[in-house]
Amino acid sequence: MASSIATRASAETDLPPPLKESGQREVFCGLTSIVWLHRRMPDAFFLVVGSRTCAHLIQSAAGVMIFAEPRFGTAILGERDLAGLADANEELDRLVAQLLERRPEIRTLFLVGSCPSEVIKLDLAKAAERLNQQHAGRVMVLNYSGSGIETTFTQGEDGALQALIPLMPSSDQVQLLIAGTLADAVEDRLIGLFHKLGIERVASLPPRRSTELPAVGPGTKLLLAQPFLSGTARALIDRGAELIRAPYPFGVEGSRDWMAAAASAFGVAPARVAEVLDPLVERGQRALAPMRETLAGKRLFLLPDSQLEIPLARFLSRECGMELVEVGTPYLDRQLMAEELALLPSGTQLSEGQHVENQLQRVRQQRPDLVVCGLGLANPLEAEGMATKWSIELVFSPIHGIDQAADLAELFARPLRRRHALSFA
Amino acid sequence: MELTLWTYEGPPHVGAMRIAASMEGVHYVLHAPQGDTYADLLFTMIERRDRRPPVTYTTFQARDLGGDTAELVKRSIADAVERFQPEALLVGESCTAELIQDQPGALAAGMGFGDLPIVNLELPAYSKKENWGAAETFYQLVRNLLKPQLPAPGSPKPDPARWRSEGRRPRVNLLGPSLLGFRCRDDVREITQLLASYGMDVAVVAPLGARPSDLMRIPTADANVCLYPEVAGTLCSWLERQFGMVCARTVPIGIGATVAFLRELHGLLELELPAELQPGADGVCEAERRSRLPWYSRSVDSTYLTGKRVFVFGDATHAIAAARIASRELGFEVVGLGTYSRELAREVRAAAQELGLEALISDDYLTVEAAIAEAAPELVLGTQMERHSAKRLGIPCAVISTPLHVQDVPARYAPQMGWEGANVIFDSWVHPLMMGLEEHLIGMFRHDFEFVDGHRSHLGDGAPAAPAPAISADTPVALGLQWSAEGEAELAKIPFFVRGKVRKNTEAFARERGLAVIDSEALYEAKAHFSR
Repeated sequence: MASSIATRASAETDLPPPLKESGQREVFCGLTSIVWLHRRMPDAFFLVVGSRTCAHLIQSAAGVMIFAEPRFGTAILGERDLAGLADANEELDRLVAQLLERRPEIRTLFLVGSCPSEVIKLDLAKAAERLNQQHAGRVMVLNYSGSGIETTFTQGEDGALQALIPLMPSSDQVQLLIAGTLADAVEDRLIGLFHKLGIERVASLPPRRSTELPAVGPGTKLLLAQPFLSGTARALIDRGAELIRAPYPFGVEGSRDWMAAAASAFGVAPARVAEVLDPLVERGQRALAPMRETLAGKRLFLLPDSQLEIPLARFLSRECGMELVEVGTPYLDRQLMAEELALLPSGTQLSEGQHVENQLQRVRQQRPDLVVCGLGLANPLEAEGMATKWSIELVFSPIHGIDQAADLAELFARPLRRRHALSFA
Repeated sequence: MELTLWTYEGPPHVGAMRIAASMEGVHYVLHAPQGDTYADLLFTMIERRDRRPPVTYTTFQARDLGGDTAELVKRSIADAVERFQPEALLVGESCTAELIQDQPGALAAGMGFGDLPIVNLELPAYSKKENWGAAETFYQLVRNLLKPQLPAPGSPKPDPARWRSEGRRPRVNLLGPSLLGFRCRDDVREITQLLASYGMDVAVVAPLGARPSDLMRIPTADANVCLYPEVAGTLCSWLERQFGMVCARTVPIGIGATVAFLRELHGLLELELPAELQPGADGVCEAERRSRLPWYSRSVDSTYLTGKRVFVFGDATHAIAAARIASRELGFEVVGLGTYSRELAREVRAAAQELGLEALISDDYLTVEAAIAEAAPELVLGTQMERHSAKRLGIPCAVISTPLHVQDVPARYAPQMGWEGANVIFDSWVHPLMMGLEEHLIGMFRHDFEFVDGHRSHLGDGAPAAPAPAISADTPVALGLQWSAEGEAELAKIPFFVRGKVRKNTEAFARERGLAVIDSEALYEAKAHFSR
């Protein structure tokens, strides 16, 4: 399967070898992805099987309780559960029954593994199987890991989608499958454009209703909307899907290439692609121009966090004229990143993994104009006089597509404009 | 296993972080997987701190588990000591690390750091919570640092009045204020000023702003003030037992408690009670006039506050204080009192009993929400959780306790303690309610076009066209209850801001009487029933 997504041979000859680091990381764990997945699939519930820390994490990461009645919760392990595993399984069954009684609207229940549940080897796959029998016809129970010992931030979505794949029906029908959570409005817009290009059948993973899973099979051409779906891509390829290789749909250029790659896979004539997309490109570039004025020439440092760093760096350097100081990524999937790496300016310094103290030291030495980082580092860096952009906003905001390119750039321009606007003399 | 949607308290190692982050010169090495670094943002985002908490995480991953995680711990400790040169080192583990049993404290002790005080924190993550973790960390740290100063068994207790013979002003320690506590920074300033105005000095404030060397000066004070029992209770008891230090335990939130606190401290330190703290003929002491709360409360505009039904829930300290202020100093009726602080459940039960209530001791916010709905109060005084519940129930709410939100860490000076704290409390509890005169006038002019839906001219264009009815989705309209057209018309005449409540009350009344249809008669019957 790896061969089916082979690396473009000449892709990164211009890039120095990435800096590999290991030490303290400042990255959310995969549990955090629940915070956007539950909004995408309102009929699903995410039950973390973990500790009080897990419960505290998702509530803190969610901006401290912005949702009145969340569609996620935690089954908190106590001392009694650690004493014996049989007990923990019974307890889990009891809690799930309690939850389903309270929330009759739930159609899909994700049991999400955490660090403690994995360390004590609580078998959630088996638990899901058992619960599926207990609640057959009422709810579908799935499991995946969002633990911090296995996953970072956005990898949680990769895990959740992989859990859905075995349930997807098989079909040979020719279709475009977009994988990765998109904002509903953005998704509608992109699907509309694919229709205009003449691609009739477009399906999405995850779907808006967790029970309406798209089909997959040899007729499926897979287009990734998010760059952090390595496992999902491989699992879909195993089900017969064919991966469309493209940059990711961030910025005017990336989004155009992304759609054009899909069009080409469906045999749409380049002239038709130009006819539909070029007016959008022209308009997108016009909208981008004022942001470019703010961003051009500014030095950018991206800390590893969301796995969006490489596509964003590509967009911000090529379309907004920013200078890349260092582009960090929690892990580097060279195959899924090949198209993006090829577009990075030569000499771009990548770093993989993290040793936060060493990395901060480099940030301080370089004094970039803008640092993209996680929430825990943002205020301390601002206090040191550096403008920051929180990476969490990038997974919550509608930033995909040509029409959103200016909005995406605005997220980076705003901290700079804000600094400029303030004066206390 | 326990199902939680939201949790009032974090795990105990977050409590330990609160102590470390509150202090200077302390570093905490936490054996924890990478996701646990989220805790940093509690401080940098909620508290808007300008620096990272002084914590080094080992950030172990699954692939490390097969290898030597103990080696990773030692490397992290060595790096942290070299990089941060702390004056005291805390070593502990989070919930996941506790399971793999590397015993980081023991490892650190064997690494040969010479004189560096190392505190091995054993915080059971699966049975204890944040406040307990903070209290235990504070206690262990001080105990460790004061070990060389421990008086020999049987030595006489220090005289709390020795300040007199030593020819100086009496001095006390303020113990318990910490980051992520409720308005601690401002309370410390308020209490320091308050004590100064009565001729007392503050020796050590801890943990907030203290260094390890400051903690070593704790025994030089004449008395301790246990400002936040959740964090300082354990330590204060130990200092009482081991060092014979007397401790003021009244928490000075509200007028009555501030006066009682000052009297207690004067008594402990054998200071003569100033005339202004002595009760006058009318039972009022002169010092009360330093706050506006007593007068504002007595002023005619506050008449409408009479008997407002309030529900109180929070940490024990703030919940007890709130219940007391609400009932005695604002003339409210407390219809519910509870806490998530199980460690202090006894105190909250006693406070509830005084008010003729049974305390609600729970850390399940849904239970609390159900209790609020059941009590149908006119005001909720609670945490961020109750703020959400109250919003859903259409009830005004003021936040009085942690867990908190960035909006509860205001830029302005907003203490809860002392005279100014009472002023702040008056404002922040009363503002969510309709002002008295406003309510009265609106009642008088309710047929005026200004108050017809959608014509709230003073709100400009931003006014909602159709105000959202203050009823939750689960209002039991579905249970066969129906409003007649005429009943609906009568209901529509009621100002929109009380309509939701009237609807709810009337429906409850109708259900009780077994009415199927609510007409205007039923509405007035209900009105008569509920008027007090």
